[in-house]
Amino acid sequence: MSTATADLHDAPAEPGVNYLNASYGIRSWLLTLDHKRIGLLYLAAITFMFLVGGVAAVMVRMHLIEPQGALFEPETYNKMFTTHGIMMVFFFLIPSIPATLGNFLIPLMIGARDVAFPKLNLMSWYVFMIGASLAVFGTLAGGVDTGWTFYPPYSAAYSHTNVAVVALGIFIAGFSSILTGLNFIVTIHKMRAPGMTWFRLPLFIWGMYATSLIFVLGTPVIAITIFLLGLERILHVGIFDPAVGGDPLLFQHLFWFYSHPAVYIMILPGMGVISELVTAFARKKIFGYSFVAFSSLSIAVISFVVWGHHMFVTGQSIYAGLVFSVLSYLVAIPSAVKVFNWTATLYRGSVSYEAPMLYALGFIGLFTIGGLTGLFLASLATDVHLNGTYFIVAHFHYVMVGGAVMAYLGGIHYWWPKITGRLYPDIWARIAAAIIFVGFNLTFFPQFMLGYLGMPRRYAVYPAEFQVLNVLSSAGASILGIGYVIPLVYLIWSMRYGPVASSNPWKAKGLEWTIPSPPPTENFAEIPIVTEDAYNYPVADAHAYPDAPGVARV
Amino acid sequence: MAAHSAHPPGFAHQFETVAQQREAGTLGMWVFLVTEILFFGGMFTSYIIYRSLHLHSFIQGSHELIVKFGATNTAVLIFSSLTMALAIRTAQVGKSKGQIIFWLILTMILGAAFIAIKLRYEWYRDYVEGLIPGVSWLDGGTHTPGVKMFMCFYFFMTGLHALHMVVGLGILTVLVIMTARNKFSSQYYAPLEISGLYWHFVDIVWIFLFPLLYLIGGRYPGS
Repeated sequence: MSTATADLHDAPAEPGVNYLNASYGIRSWLLTLDHKRIGLLYLAAITFMFLVGGVAAVMVRMHLIEPQGALFEPETYNKMFTTHGIMMVFFFLIPSIPATLGNFLIPLMIGARDVAFPKLNLMSWYVFMIGASLAVFGTLAGGVDTGWTFYPPYSAAYSHTNVAVVALGIFIAGFSSILTGLNFIVTIHKMRAPGMTWFRLPLFIWGMYATSLIFVLGTPVIAITIFLLGLERILHVGIFDPAVGGDPLLFQHLFWFYSHPAVYIMILPGMGVISELVTAFARKKIFGYSFVAFSSLSIAVISFVVWGHHMFVTGQSIYAGLVFSVLSYLVAIPSAVKVFNWTATLYRGSVSYEAPMLYALGFIGLFTIGGLTGLFLASLATDVHLNGTYFIVAHFHYVMVGGAVMAYLGGIHYWWPKITGRLYPDIWARIAAAIIFVGFNLTFFPQFMLGYLGMPRRYAVYPAEFQVLNVLSSAGASILGIGYVIPLVYLIWSMRYGPVASSNPWKAKGLEWTIPSPPPTENFAEIPIVTEDAYNYPVADAHAYPDAPGVARV
Repeated sequence: MAAHSAHPPGFAHQFETVAQQREAGTLGMWVFLVTEILFFGGMFTSYIIYRSLHLHSFIQGSHELIVKFGATNTAVLIFSSLTMALAIRTAQVGKSKGQIIFWLILTMILGAAFIAIKLRYEWYRDYVEGLIPGVSWLDGGTHTPGVKMFMCFYFFMTGLHALHMVVGLGILTVLVIMTARNKFSSQYYAPLEISGLYWHFVDIVWIFLFPLLYLIGGRYPGS
């Protein structure tokens, strides 16, 4: 790979004891309290859930090749897109970066031996596994057809599918999120190494902190909402059913009070990863550190007051709609701050294009499209036209897949040498990144057009005039699918056959790169003392641009 | 996680100092309680919205509850918070473990009394009189659907609260065992303090539940 020459300059990792070979056997993994191993347990679990959700997505796209539906009865189609949504949102995207990279990296980045509560950390994995098992069981034993949003009264009174089992699975998995968020907040507050002040923290940590706030503030609300829905369904009492005085809109309010911030649970960690990747591969200090850091917090705060934009056409008060519309526009400000600051960081940087950087650049472009199309939907008048169409599907896939999944893959590639102590074949990684980028755009850009033309989401059939765009989208999905399989193959291959990685193959800054790859169980032989800011890269052209932003302070 | 002989009891390897561990534990419990507030908050919000939508039914439903038992339980819980605080104080000033255990057990007795009163004089009576929706509901035609909804919320909210009480009793049991095994001293009593935060929180939830469910809404003249 392109950094092979750079590897010669620093000593290869000591062939000593690390967290992977410190103990062997299935017991040593299932009872581990090591945050790094727990991160890998999560990695295995959510990769499986990603495959389940991915298979459902492929089924949906294959079905939509024909206007009358190519594969399924409408009832089965409903179950397919519901399975896709539930698996991807609750069991892949929400835990993705926090539970894997977050668990692995937070103690390493702040200079700690572990998270504050290691037993709680392991417990959160088991809680997640119980919830995920119930959801998979409910899906295999017949599935759910309500859509991932579980809107009553259909979900409460009329659906004859496994709503209760899958909802219980989501309810249980929610506690795993809460425990993870709690652990991260306390760890970031109390476990930082001497000298690691708040404004020396890597921006990934700021992203994880903002995410954790949403975990602990939002998740309990969805938990109680699903709990009420489950009780209504099992005991046949009226909570949300209008037939007995309930209010289905109340469910939507409570649901989106969590599920809109949950969107930021998915994207904020991705933004944190991108800040790491952009600085590492531009070899420059981030432009406007404190703006990027505070934009994470402000996104987390604003996320709690915008949920009503999901309900513009439900009959909520027009004045509430106006307020929610204005507040939703506010989210664009911190989001744009991030995009501009990443771009400014690239300016005059020594940019190189290893695979993680390709994902990062893909993220910046796709997230920008996803974010800007969000403004169309935050505007009341255009939302009336676009609500419930494929425009929304395309919008949130640009943010969730083009944004969150790209960042997740970029982060996995970037820290893979640290996690496994092995290098992957960079050329394959670049090819895969390119295939994913092309496949993604071919899948979802036609959906913007379909939505604008008026094709509603969640229907098993569509008018024949939409077929060309649907076929393009399905073709893109198969390319995207291939793009996801390639990394799965070479990453697994590299664990055994990849070249041994040095402690810092990217020549990057950050405490995690100062220790061997893979790290020892206790992370640091001695707790480091931090004396410099994050991303303190040497500045090559400091003399040419002495006042340029990002030049290290002397 | 085994405590080294050089370290004080209960010291975990991931921390650098005892003070750091104690601060982490306390902050962790506060964050957890914030989560709990949002958890109960979703239910409180739903209750208040439905109460305003079905005001007369909710008042009618509220009259099915017996204030004297709710009031007794309120007193019992407040007193149990006092005994919990005294247990912590006793440990803090380095009194004997027998005294700590005395206050802990008294707290447990009060907590159990709360649940016993709730079960025997309230929920059991509701069961007999057919006031439990979905389980035992004898609708003689006098109750509007709103009354049924009120009773739903009454059981969800007090049930969830009682569940937290049971968890609290479990924690207290563990604390009694730990105290008996000499785990605590005036230097190290963080588990007592952190569990105390939880116990007081569950108490405060009831302080909000009692007026919301039993007191407000036309039961007393002039209100």
